Amino acid sequence: MSDISEESVRHLAGLARIALTDAEVTALTAELSQIVDVVAQVTSAVDADTPATSHPIPLSNVYREDVVTDDVLTPEQALASAPEHDGSRFKVSAILGEEQ
Amino acid sequence: MSELIHHTAAELATALADGSASSVEITQAHLDRIAAVDTDVHAFLHVNAEVSLAAAAASDKRRAAGAALNALDGIPVAIKDVLVTTDMPSTAGSKILEGWVSPYDATPVTKLREAGLVPLGKTNMDEFAMGSSTEHSAYGPTRNPWDLDRIPGGSGGGSAAAVAAFEAPLALGSDTGGSIRQPAHVTGTVGIKPTYGGVSRYGAIALASSLDQIGPVTRNVLDAAMLHDIIAGHDRHDSTSLKHEWPSMAEAVRNANVKGLRIGVVSQLDGEGFQPGVLARFHEAIALLEANGAEIVELSLPSLEHAVAAYYLILPAEASSNLAKFDSVRFGLRVTPEGGGTVEQVMSATREAGFGAEVKRRIILGTYALSAGYYDAYYGSAQKVRTLVQRDFAAGFEKVDVIASPTAPTTAWKLGEQLDDPLEMWRGDLATIPANLAGIPGISLPAGLADEDGLPVGIQFLAPAREDARLYNVGGALEQLLVDKWGHTLLSQAPALKVGAR
Repeated sequence: MSDISEESVRHLAGLARIALTDAEVTALTAELSQIVDVVAQVTSAVDADTPATSHPIPLSNVYREDVVTDDVLTPEQALASAPEHDGSRFKVSAILGEEQ
Repeated sequence: MSELIHHTAAELATALADGSASSVEITQAHLDRIAAVDTDVHAFLHVNAEVSLAAAAASDKRRAAGAALNALDGIPVAIKDVLVTTDMPSTAGSKILEGWVSPYDATPVTKLREAGLVPLGKTNMDEFAMGSSTEHSAYGPTRNPWDLDRIPGGSGGGSAAAVAAFEAPLALGSDTGGSIRQPAHVTGTVGIKPTYGGVSRYGAIALASSLDQIGPVTRNVLDAAMLHDIIAGHDRHDSTSLKHEWPSMAEAVRNANVKGLRIGVVSQLDGEGFQPGVLARFHEAIALLEANGAEIVELSLPSLEHAVAAYYLILPAEASSNLAKFDSVRFGLRVTPEGGGTVEQVMSATREAGFGAEVKRRIILGTYALSAGYYDAYYGSAQKVRTLVQRDFAAGFEKVDVIASPTAPTTAWKLGEQLDDPLEMWRGDLATIPANLAGIPGISLPAGLADEDGLPVGIQFLAPAREDARLYNVGGALEQLLVDKWGHTLLSQAPALKVGAR
């Protein structure tokens, strides 16, 4: 059985930056426990000697010339979809809370 | 005019070449069809007739001047909403990107434009391609043209339904664990997941970067091949893109021949857990191939037992990282909590409001799989299972040229039927997921209708990496054999949709 509690789901939601409602936390706690019980089978399917595969068709040394090409976004294009900007930078609310 | 929609893309290309139809006529016929049936089917999230007709008129002008760019210059194509476009919004089926318009085109879209094809609109999908039914689209589900009460598959149900309902002759999809092939299976259409890196992922809103691949969605194998030939190739914008000289897939279809072809049938993807009608059509198709000179070999791929579990660790892990960019800062939705808040609180409120339940479920699962103390056991083990799957395929392909299986265990289920049981829906991907884990190409094409419900069944073929042409060979050959046997295409048996209701 997995060790997923409501507290751990709240912690994960904090890491993932999702302000889950209490109802979502309750539902996800039950679902994740079930899901983890199933996917945990991978731990017994392999041994320490099996190498890990991170990429299906590994390529190495994928470089490009260190030159600026004509297909980079202009600042205007980069800012065009921003919820808020000042013409040259993205604007966000305070980084630190009052207690920090 | 309406007859134009029932032609294949290859036939339309001939009509354009001999002057019996114009791109504007063909495009208008498909726009009319969309207007007539898409209120019911809901394959499209966005259509802009003006933009499409302007592209069609430009194509006609080129052709009149003797400067057609490609055989498919002027043919309309629907684009899955996961691919970004400069002249249409791109939402990936999510509220967090509602109304967002990309400042650049995805490379496969650029290649379509460079070949003169006419983008028709953006097709519906499960949010961020997470799902097997399109019910996880934030904009409401797409309905299966064979039965409007049933799912069209997912995540690319919109693209599959669009071609199945004759709203578009061609479409693009993305396949992370079956999102092109499973919708093809349940809608009686054709879908190909190319070799990983065969088609650029640049501008495809990433779900799981080591699994995602863009590919063709069509009504027949030749059309898919012609589309594949246009979108394939190296792209310097995608560092996983392969530098490979691809042979013509269209030629592979035109020269299709299965004499002497060794076809592996996977014991783990046969029998238990598969609907009888799905298995019956599969075995008939295999027998037909054997009767026409193919050699059938039984294969065991034991690692497939763990493939779904590994996939549902790797995918959420990569997705939780990829979706971190939806942070309310640079683009997309921003929700500020009542009374304001820090940037972190704004992000959390935005992601709570902007993501649907399945996306949250997978992000939280991925965050769990990657967190300290669990990483080695879960994500690490899943990556090792991936090695076992690759080894099984490598051993299998020493004995056979292609591997065959049913594309999915069941035909289309009723909308809502599996929504409360994510694990049940995930298990439906067991035949398609292994190809993504191994990076190899796969095709699904129609094999017939299941006796018990009269719904379409697909057959899947897999080939070694970079051997996509083998899929077009066996797919083209089987399609021809089946159409000859039936005396018609499978899609011609689909019930007529109510037209012009609204």
